Amino acid sequence: MTDLTDLTVCSALKKLKAKEISPVELTNAYIEKATTGQKYNAYVYIDEKQALEKARESENHYLNGTNRALEGIPLGIKDLFCTKGMQTTACSRILGKFTPPYESTVTQNLLNSGALFLGKLNMDEFAMGGSNETSCFGTVVNPWSKAIPLVAGGSSGGSAAAVAAKMCAAATGTDTGGSIREPSAFCGVTGIKPTYGRCSRYGIIAFASSLDQAGPICKDVADCALLLNNMAGYDAKDSTSSKKEVPDFCSFIGQDIKGLKVGIPNEYRSDGLNTEVAKYWDTAAEMLKSAGADIVNISLPHTKYALPAYYVIAPAEASSNLARYDGVRYGVRVDGNGLDELYINTRTAGFGKEVKRRILIGTYVLSAGYYDAYYLKAQKVRRLIKNDFDEAFKQCDIILTPTSPIEPFAIGDKKMAENPINMYLNDIFTVSVNLAGLPAMSLPIGLSSNGLPLGMQLIGRAFDEGTIFKTAYQLEQCAKFVRM
Amino acid sequence: MAVDNETVRKVAFLSRLRVEPEKLEETKQEFNKILSWVEELNEVDTDNVKPLVSVNDESLTMREDVVNAGQMSEAILQNAPAQEFGYFVVPKVVE
Amino acid sequence: MAEYIIETPKGKWEVICGLEIHCQIISKSKIFSGASTEFGDDVNENVSFVDAGMPGMLPTLNMECVHQAIKTGLGLNAIINKYSEFSRKNYFYADLPQGYQITQFQYPIVGEGFIDIDLEDGSSKRIRIERMHIEQDAGKSIHDLDPHKSFIDLNRAGVGLMEIVTKPDFRSPEEAGAFLRKLRSIVRYLGTCDGNMDEGAMRCDVNVSVRPYGSDELRTRCEMKNVNSVKFVMQAIEAETRRHIETYESGGEICQETRQFDPLTSSTKAMRKKEFAQDYRYFPEPDLPPLVLDDAFINKIKEEMIELPDAKKSRFINKLGLTSYDAMVICENKEVADFFEKAAEGHDAKKIANWLMGDFFAMLNRKNLTIADSPVSAENLGKLVELISKDVISGKIAKDVFEIMADTSEDPEKIVEERGLKQVTDTSAIESIIDTVLTANPDNVASYKAGKGNLIGWFVGQVMKQSQGKANPGLVNKLLKEKLDQ
Repeated sequence: MTDLTDLTVCSALKKLKAKEISPVELTNAYIEKATTGQKYNAYVYIDEKQALEKARESENHYLNGTNRALEGIPLGIKDLFCTKGMQTTACSRILGKFTPPYESTVTQNLLNSGALFLGKLNMDEFAMGGSNETSCFGTVVNPWSKAIPLVAGGSSGGSAAAVAAKMCAAATGTDTGGSIREPSAFCGVTGIKPTYGRCSRYGIIAFASSLDQAGPICKDVADCALLLNNMAGYDAKDSTSSKKEVPDFCSFIGQDIKGLKVGIPNEYRSDGLNTEVAKYWDTAAEMLKSAGADIVNISLPHTKYALPAYYVIAPAEASSNLARYDGVRYGVRVDGNGLDELYINTRTAGFGKEVKRRILIGTYVLSAGYYDAYYLKAQKVRRLIKNDFDEAFKQCDIILTPTSPIEPFAIGDKKMAENPINMYLNDIFTVSVNLAGLPAMSLPIGLSSNGLPLGMQLIGRAFDEGTIFKTAYQLEQCAKFVRM
Repeated sequence: MAVDNETVRKVAFLSRLRVEPEKLEETKQEFNKILSWVEELNEVDTDNVKPLVSVNDESLTMREDVVNAGQMSEAILQNAPAQEFGYFVVPKVVE
Repeated sequence: MAEYIIETPKGKWEVICGLEIHCQIISKSKIFSGASTEFGDDVNENVSFVDAGMPGMLPTLNMECVHQAIKTGLGLNAIINKYSEFSRKNYFYADLPQGYQITQFQYPIVGEGFIDIDLEDGSSKRIRIERMHIEQDAGKSIHDLDPHKSFIDLNRAGVGLMEIVTKPDFRSPEEAGAFLRKLRSIVRYLGTCDGNMDEGAMRCDVNVSVRPYGSDELRTRCEMKNVNSVKFVMQAIEAETRRHIETYESGGEICQETRQFDPLTSSTKAMRKKEFAQDYRYFPEPDLPPLVLDDAFINKIKEEMIELPDAKKSRFINKLGLTSYDAMVICENKEVADFFEKAAEGHDAKKIANWLMGDFFAMLNRKNLTIADSPVSAENLGKLVELISKDVISGKIAKDVFEIMADTSEDPEKIVEERGLKQVTDTSAIESIIDTVLTANPDNVASYKAGKGNLIGWFVGQVMKQSQGKANPGLVNKLLKEKLDQ
């Protein structure tokens, strides 16, 4: 018998509708994988009982013919999404066993579409990290690891690993500087960060509000389109969510890309670029060309400054967003003599090293006397970066770049551990997109000589995820990447 | 702009985080490493560039003045580390 | 205007003072959440997940708060900024759930304006407004329930506030007091804030510095936070001025700090200092895009603007002939002004004003009632004055009628009719009483005729008594004189 967890969401739905399989069977298959896959440490919380209850409800919907778009599809949810009655911690000690009395809009949308949640997925603490090593629940192990355990990427490392190891049909992720795309690339799965404002941020624990966006991580491009259809939309509860109409992303799957102009930014051929990655980049361009697209060289002159700008803006916003974790209304509390001491004790014990580092930097760049030199400067550079893209999109319809300059590295890698900036540099191809608020997808293109997955990134115009979906689907067809 | 130990102590207090005295030097060095890296931004000419505050060009939507939340103190307090008589409780604040 | 100069044996000083006033916005729901703004509900019941700073919660702006702010801005004769931004002011406190306050910093919704204040000597002065912005209120910490704990109630957290910042234009406590009363009157007229300082709906921070009289230097200022009555604001300015002068004159220096005014001792004291100075780290609120208003939105509010105290006052002076003082007192409170206008409609406005500020207010005070609950309606007060004007009743009888109105809420015409209080203006009826009185008192008539002219008063009294006060006193006087002088 075929393994039900091999099915993509789209193909599973076909079988569910045809009543060839039942939601309970599908859910049980994923629960089985989630249990045997514990070595990957992708889940931080599994709610089997609740998942199976929901699966039985879905079964009724199929029997009654009231089945919805994602009826009975078992998903994993990044632990950054507040899920009503289900523990939500952002993988930080400071939240303790926080159980939200409310549901995030994105997960509510998914529930309304009939999806069910197997549990919560591991991530870097408060989504700050690129290797999932900052989680208070321990590091996620990349399912592609060979002899030594490799990182799954971050911050949505649990989501990417769980999808790769078939521990859920698809997962939610969030992306502030590459947190959907980098782990997707490292784990050989497909993930899209939609345009800023496409998905509501209501109920998603905030890292950097002006950069955070939710998106799906899936087995393939078509699943991403379907998932995003059921996540996106205007939400009055998020003042930054967009009122622009959400098209049916699935309708772009299979559309041809003849005459589409694909931009290749010169500035992305940086020193740190792995030669194999560079080679695959050329290959991907060739593939798109063979599918009818035109390749054009473009320039994004301020690329070099995206990371420094990001590492001013994101920590600044984070320092403020994380002020609410003070041990008063929820989460853990470490008592002290007086209020300030309670705050200091709680926050010092509750936050991990990387989070504390970013809070300190963020506090500093906003403080009196330094605001103009750092924060304001970074916001100005941010505009220049956005202008770069505006200019580039006058010459092309979509931009192709690698997702990460490197392949997955070892957990505890010395070079990464000794200097945080080395870790930050891994986001070099992804952060500009967040600064400019654009949509971008990572999809697997092939394996390195070490047998590890490498990803390509497609960047679209604001609110033009459609072009990404049709281009990514064509590239996927050419690349013929074999999932785990 | 290199920071000194005193600045690190001040920033730590503003953040309500403790930097142990023996970690002060190390924290300062790491701080300066990151700051000198982000100071690459100074290479960019940003004269006459408006800071980007919001990537969306949509202006703020306002909501109608309707009471549609509240009357749920139980849910508000359910995760509280300390509560009494419906209040959140903290150590005595001395003004 | 009388200058406020502080003279000491060592020299003359003047005070430089500016105010920052927080006004709670009248709206049904909070500025960034859908929880009620109701005051006095059970602990933590008017709290949404947003107000409690729960993870992942986001603010949404209440249109009514923007509307109220613009209305107030127009009332302050101020510029309304079509582009404004929200910012975060970051600091830790137990009743500040998010760890920051959403406020406006660089781009407030209301720009420069002014208010004209009226001073006791009849002069007026223009106080310039620097800006006004909108922001959220904090919750409440209760410190006196337990020796070791403080209790936090978030019902007030997130209620909308307007913060009005004046230029340092005040040169005396009196000016600051007059300003606060005027501001309170304006926001109450507009219905944008109820203005109650003792309930905290209006709170005042006071900035004070002094300088040698006649100089234009700017010395270090101190701020006194949350002074909660007009009287205390005036006292705080006085106390702080005194402290600055004493410090300078004894060779000391004033350091910039936040102080607290203690009404019991009428003095200010420095607040406890932390090791590091406060640093609010303002930055644009990333959860709220800039607020961009169009002309239509602002113009609609302009059309809704009602007549404000100043305009009303000058109309009452110019069109209705009130004295400047009467007009000022009547216009301070919109309900009083409205009551007055209704009562004065078609009647003698000056007389109505006299009644209002005399017997009417005295009656409300005595009965401990507000004008809204007055047993005497505006129409009835108007009718009463009309009865006097038309000589239907005398001023003296009118006072009795008014007391009956105050007890029964009845129409004065009905009271006069039913109780037969109509003034007797019938000459023959009065003459017959006069004849009776004169016949009964031949001795006094003789004395009068012999030259004791002041007995006329006694005769008038007798006639009035016999007529049970209903005879028209003027007529009585005239007829008596005619008869006696025959």
